[in-house]
Amino acid sequence: MSAEAQPKHRELGLTDSEYDLIVEGLGREPGDVELAMLSLMWSEHCAYKHSKKLLRRLPADGPHVLVGPGENAGAVDVGNGIAIAFKVESHNHPSAVEPFQGAATGVGGILRDIFAVGARPIAVLDSLRFGEPADSQRSRYLLEHAVAGIGHYGNSIGVPTVGGEIYFEPSYEQNCLINAMAVGMAPHSRLTSAAAAGVGNILILFGALTGRDGIGGASVLASAELGDGDDAKKRPTVQIGDPFTEKKLMECSLELLDRGLLSSLQDLGAAGLTSSASEMASKGKVGLDIDITKIPLREANMEPFEIMVSESQERMLCVVEPGKVDAVLEVCEYWDIVATAIGTVTEQPQFRIFNGDELIGELPVPLLVDDCPLYDLEPQAPSAPLYEGGDQRIATDATPADTLMALLASANISSRRPVFEQYDPVVQSRTVRRPEQADAAVLALPVLDVDSGAAGAPVPAIAISIDGNGRRVAVDPRAGAAEAVYECAANLACVGALPLGLTNCLNFGNPEKPHVAWQLSEAIDGLAQACRDLEVPVVGGNVSLYNESPDGPILPTPVVGMVGKLPDARRAGRLGFANRGDKIALVGGFHPSRDGSELAKLHGSAPAGALPAKDVAAICATHQQIREGVNSGAFVSAHDIAEGGIAVAIAECAISGANGLGARVALPAGLDPFGEDFGTGFIVSGTAQDLAGLEVIGEVGGDSLEIEGVLDLPISELSKAHASGLADLLR
Amino acid sequence: MKFGVIRFPGTCDDVDAQLAAQRVGDAELLWHRDRDLKGVDAVIVPGGFSYGDYLRAGAIARFAPIMEEVIEFAQEGGLVLGICNGFQILCEAGLLPGALLINDHLKFVFRQVELEVVDAMTPFTRECPPTLSIPVKHTTGRYYSPTPVQVVLKYAPGQNPNGSQDDIAGVVNNAGNVFGLMPHPEHAVDPLTGSADGLRIFESIRTAVGERVRVQL
Repeated sequence: MSAEAQPKHRELGLTDSEYDLIVEGLGREPGDVELAMLSLMWSEHCAYKHSKKLLRRLPADGPHVLVGPGENAGAVDVGNGIAIAFKVESHNHPSAVEPFQGAATGVGGILRDIFAVGARPIAVLDSLRFGEPADSQRSRYLLEHAVAGIGHYGNSIGVPTVGGEIYFEPSYEQNCLINAMAVGMAPHSRLTSAAAAGVGNILILFGALTGRDGIGGASVLASAELGDGDDAKKRPTVQIGDPFTEKKLMECSLELLDRGLLSSLQDLGAAGLTSSASEMASKGKVGLDIDITKIPLREANMEPFEIMVSESQERMLCVVEPGKVDAVLEVCEYWDIVATAIGTVTEQPQFRIFNGDELIGELPVPLLVDDCPLYDLEPQAPSAPLYEGGDQRIATDATPADTLMALLASANISSRRPVFEQYDPVVQSRTVRRPEQADAAVLALPVLDVDSGAAGAPVPAIAISIDGNGRRVAVDPRAGAAEAVYECAANLACVGALPLGLTNCLNFGNPEKPHVAWQLSEAIDGLAQACRDLEVPVVGGNVSLYNESPDGPILPTPVVGMVGKLPDARRAGRLGFANRGDKIALVGGFHPSRDGSELAKLHGSAPAGALPAKDVAAICATHQQIREGVNSGAFVSAHDIAEGGIAVAIAECAISGANGLGARVALPAGLDPFGEDFGTGFIVSGTAQDLAGLEVIGEVGGDSLEIEGVLDLPISELSKAHASGLADLLR
Repeated sequence: MKFGVIRFPGTCDDVDAQLAAQRVGDAELLWHRDRDLKGVDAVIVPGGFSYGDYLRAGAIARFAPIMEEVIEFAQEGGLVLGICNGFQILCEAGLLPGALLINDHLKFVFRQVELEVVDAMTPFTRECPPTLSIPVKHTTGRYYSPTPVQVVLKYAPGQNPNGSQDDIAGVVNNAGNVFGLMPHPEHAVDPLTGSADGLRIFESIRTAVGERVRVQL
C-alpha cells in the first residue's frame, strides 16, 4: 500500500481513535511538530499503553527500596549510606536491523539511565536471544556483531561487563533479543530525580550534538512488527553510539551532581528531547519553554520536528538555578562537553516549543505524558500449540554418556567463553567473581586497598544475576516466569547473597493478539507471585512488545535481573569443585521433569506439557540454607541445578573446578539425570563434617565423572565438549 | 614515593592504576591539559581509550600537553610505566620502539594470562618472580618491531592472546627507564580480585625509586 493513501497520524503509528482523543484534548488539530511529538509519546515504547495496567500487579515495595518504578532506574539500600541503582532495558528492534550499533547504543542508553539518577555505573550484564546458530547464518552474524557492539561500548567506557546469558531458539530467528542491564552505585545523598523543579530555572542540554539519527525510532522500530522486507529502509532510524562522548558525559554528570549544581537530571533516550523534557515537566508538575534555535545541531537544515524527536545518543538534560548556570557550563567545559541553555521552567503545565520568537508548538504536559489511552488486553489461552519443535539433534535412545556430551556441547549449555572473553569484567577493581567462576557476579562495595582484601576486615559486596528461559515460559507462562525469579535468587544464594530487588524486561509478541496477551498477563502474574514469595520488590523495568514476524511471536521471554547483598566477599561462593575428597551433596526439594527441558529440545520436542510444581516454603528455606552454608565457609562450592539437569550441573562443577578434578556420585533412586527443575535444587561440596546432615550423593576425586550405573566419562572429554560447543558454531 | 597517573578523556583504568600504586606509595591523577607533573617520582600512563582511540590507538594522546612533560621526564631518566593504552601511547610518542597492531583474531580479548619475566633486572621487574598471572584486555595488543628490542615480559608458551611477535608482552627502551606492557598489573594487586602478581611491578618501581637519586638540572 502506498504511503500517500495514509493520513499522517496513521503513518506515524497513531490509530484514528487515538487521533480523535488528541484533537479533543487539544481543542484543535495538532500542528506538524505537535503531531510528531504526540505520536512518539503515545507509542507503546513510551506510553506502555498495552502493558501499564498489567505492570501495576508487580509488587514494588520493600524495606530496602529507595527508588521504585517511575524514575530512570530503581535503587535499593545496601547499608553504610550506599545505594545501588539498576535497570534492564531492551534494544531488540534496532539490533535486528543493525546489530553492532543496536546493541552498543542499548548499553549506552541503560548506562545513561543509571548515571541520570546519580549513580556511577559499576557493572553491565546482558541477556541475548538469537535463532539457531547451527542453521542460521543470520543468527551467527547477529550474535557476532551484537557481542562486538556490547563490548565496544562497555569496554570503551570503562564499565565492566560481569555476566549475562545467551539462548538460541528458532522463534528468535527474525526477532533477536538484546537486553542490557546496568548497575550503579551512589551515596544516598547523590540520588537524583528527573522531576523538573523551580519556576524560572534554566534547562540545559549537554552532550553530543543533535542530528537526524533515530528519527522516529520509538514508534517505527520499537512498536511495530519487523520483517515485511523493508528492514533496510528502517536502517536510518538506528542510532549510532559514541562511548567516548558518553564517558566524558558520565564523568561530567557525576561531577555536576557531586558539586550540587543540578536541580534535576534526565537522559535523552527514546523520543529524544520530546520525551525527556515532557517527563521532567510531568514529574515536577511544571511547564517548559524550549527554543529549538538554541540546540546545537550536527547537520544543517533540520526540521523543527526532527530536532524535537531526534534520538541522537549521549545527551543529557538538566534543570539548573539561574545562579548556578555559569558553574555548570564551567564543569562541562572541563570535560569537553558542549552545554547550552535551551529553555526555562514555567508555572503552567504547558510544553511550548519556540523557533526563535515564533511559537511552533504548545501542548499540555498531561496530554503528552498521561492521556494516552491505556488498553485492556483480551487474553485468551491458545487452543492449539503456538510453537513447533525444532530439528532433532540427538536420538531419543542415545546412551546417557552420549546424551551428557551432547547437552554440554549444545548451543544453550556450552561455555560462553567465546562471548565473555570479548568483555572487560575487571575494570573499576571491584570484581570478585567473574563469569564462569560462580553462578552470580560478585562486586566488592568498598574500594579495595592494602588494608582490606584477604587479610583485612569483612568486605561487604553485592551479587548480580540475570535470567530468563523462554522455552519454559512457553510451556507455562505463569510457572515459567516464576521459575525465572526463583532461579535468579538461587544464583545469588550460590554466592551467599540475599536478594534486595529485581528489574525485569518483558519481551513478548504482539499484545493485540489474544494468545500473546494471555502469555503476557500470565507471565506478569507469575513474576508477581514469585516476587512476593521471595519478598523481592520490582524496582523498575522495561517492556518490549511486537517481537513478532510473519512466522509468529517469539517465545514469551521475561528476563529478570536481580541484585543481592552478601556480608563478606572473601567468602563469596564458587561454582567449581576444589578439593579431592570433599563430599558432594544434593540440597533442596528437586523434582525434575522433561517437559520444556534442554534435552526435550534436542529431541526435537515442542515446548509443551507442564512444569514441576513448586513448594515455595521449601524454596525459601533451601535458599537460606545455601546462603548460610556459603557465608560460613561450609560449602566449598555451590551451584544451582538448571538447564540439562543434575548430570550437567555436576559436570559443570567439575569442569570449572580445580584442574581435571572429577567426581563419583550415586543419584537418588529414580532421579532423572537430565530432567529439569529451576531454583529448587543445588549441588554443594565441602568436607564430610561440614556437610553432615545433608543428602550426600558422592565425593570429589579421580579424573572422570562417574554417575553410578549411568555413565563414566573423563573430565578432559567433558571439558572439551563444553568448551567447543559454542566456539565451533561461531567459527 | 609519589606516582603520577595520567588521565586523558577516555582513560578507563586511571583510578585502578592509582589504587594499585597507592598500595606501595602515594599516587595522584594528572590531567591531560596540564603541564605540571607535580614532582612525582614515577609516571604511569594507564589503560583505556584515550580520546576514544578512533583514529589509531594512542595516536591522539601523544600530542596532549601533559605528554610533552612526560617525554621530558623520560629523557631525564624518570621512570615511566605504560599499561595497555599507555603502552600504545608511549610507542606513538617514540619513547618505546615498535608498535601495537590489531589482534590477529581481530577481536577484543579479556584473559588471565601467564607471563614469563625474561628480564628481572629492570627497575620495573626486580621484585618479580619468574612468572606472573595477570589479565590482558585489548583489541590492539599485537606487538611488532622490525628491529631487535629489549624484551622484559613474554606470554608463556601457548598463552599468547593476540599473535604478538615472539610472544612479546612488554618491552623497555634502551635506557631501561621506560616500560610498556599490554597486560594490566593494576588489575592483579589483590587475591580477592584474582591475583596479586601485578603488585610486584609497582613494588619494583618503589624499590628502584628508593635507590636512585634523580638528576637535578
